[in-house]
Amino acid sequence: MSAPLLAVRGLTLAYDRTDAVKGIDFDVHKGGVVTLIGANGAGKTTTLRAVSGLLKPRAGSIRFAGREIAGMAAHRIARLGVVQSPEGRQVFANMTIAENLAMGAYLESDRVAVAKRRDTVLARFPRLGERLSQSAGLLSGGEQQMLAMGRALMADPKLLLLDEPSMGLAPLFVEEIFNIVADLKREGRTILLVEQNARAALEIADYAYVIESGRITLRGPAREIAENSEVATAYLGM
Amino acid sequence: MTHALDNFLFTYQSLIYALGINSLLALSMYVVLAIGQLSLGQAAFMGLGAYASALLTAKFAIPFPLALIAAAAVPALLAFVIGAPTLRLSGVYLAIATIGVGEVLRIFYLNWDYAGGALGLNGIPEEAGFVWIFGVLAVALAGFAAIARSRIGRAMEAIRADEAAAGVMGVNLPVYKLAALVVSAAVAGVAGAFNAHVSSFIGPNEYGFDAAVTILSFALLGGIGSPFGPVLGALVLTALPEVLRPLHDYRLVINGLIIVCVVIFLPGGLLPWRLSRIGAPR
Repeated sequence: MSAPLLAVRGLTLAYDRTDAVKGIDFDVHKGGVVTLIGANGAGKTTTLRAVSGLLKPRAGSIRFAGREIAGMAAHRIARLGVVQSPEGRQVFANMTIAENLAMGAYLESDRVAVAKRRDTVLARFPRLGERLSQSAGLLSGGEQQMLAMGRALMADPKLLLLDEPSMGLAPLFVEEIFNIVADLKREGRTILLVEQNARAALEIADYAYVIESGRITLRGPAREIAENSEVATAYLGM
Repeated sequence: MTHALDNFLFTYQSLIYALGINSLLALSMYVVLAIGQLSLGQAAFMGLGAYASALLTAKFAIPFPLALIAAAAVPALLAFVIGAPTLRLSGVYLAIATIGVGEVLRIFYLNWDYAGGALGLNGIPEEAGFVWIFGVLAVALAGFAAIARSRIGRAMEAIRADEAAAGVMGVNLPVYKLAALVVSAAVAGVAGAFNAHVSSFIGPNEYGFDAAVTILSFALLGGIGSPFGPVLGALVLTALPEVLRPLHDYRLVINGLIIVCVVIFLPGGLLPWRLSRIGAPR
């Protein structure tokens, strides 16, 4: 197997002085979808924030495409092609949908490339295309999630970090969001997906890690994890 | 009769100058607020520009245009120096740090005998006039409007909305923050130089905390959606005490009341609207 695109080793993260993540290891290979599942507060989002540069690790290494990125500033990590679609509704609420998408392509100066990406994103999220000049704050929760994902895709990321894309959404939207993630996977995008909705995440992912109170307690191909009896009881409600 | 007319014109003229100078100060505040930072050092930067330009012209007979460049450069340099360690600070912490800078400078002027100490500086040549003040204001306003409509303006608005999200999009936050503070200091310094060169006198207590809050109130009253908002705020708050002359002693009280009312009833300011971006796809 080739070297992983993202290799995390011994990652320790402190949040409010207590270790929220205690020395975890995981890999994401190119073209794969890897999911981190676990309960609320297990350290999933904290881990993602360290990968995108929003949180400086206390210890450990994060290597992306062979480069150490642990502790690097967020904008430099973005420049390398690691782009996070943030949790919940972190769109730029006062800016229009068109401008939110333009911000996603902030680092791309080639207008033709930006226009092409925008067409692709709008084809994927037709709802956004209908309302380009509206304020993002007027969108529903599900639509804002789509905009956050669309904005991240505008950067044409080498590694897409999805932070709880289904959080707080109506079931219909959850299904739609996961269909889109599945489409992205088919197109060969590399995705690190953090989710509380373990069932949906395990259906899509190739490989899964279960995080419990800051430690990885289980790892394996997503299908095997889904069949694991402990996971089934704890996360799938069986 | 002519004496009364002269008197009236004299008052009127200083008001017109104050309108232009305060508009520049409001723009200097706008640059910082536009990326979601809060600086209360604008008065200090203004004072630094005023002292730099006044000393150069009065003591060294440097031509006014050159002194004006120095009035922009000196506060910009200070902003650059204090910017680096304070970049990690945001919100109220940056505000407190910049208040500190203002106080340090005030005490420095008070004890700097060469610059007049507590008595201030007299006999500053009255070089700044209508053309200078409003010419620079027009250029600054046009420049900031152009920036607001560009890709840079979009990034600034994104930083203001959500710093973390903007960083993840690839926006270089330290560069934007430092540049905003430096540009803001330069503009405030130029305004300070104009102030010194229309009044012929400056003193160490003109650039304290009160002045900083007044400058902030210009921007908050006008709104920071576009650079036109703070300018409108400055015009209104500068003209208001003249309109409400009997209440003159209560100017700061009224300023405070207006800020409270605007925050409550007009959170976006008098001019909350944004400028559309150039080439922004519909």
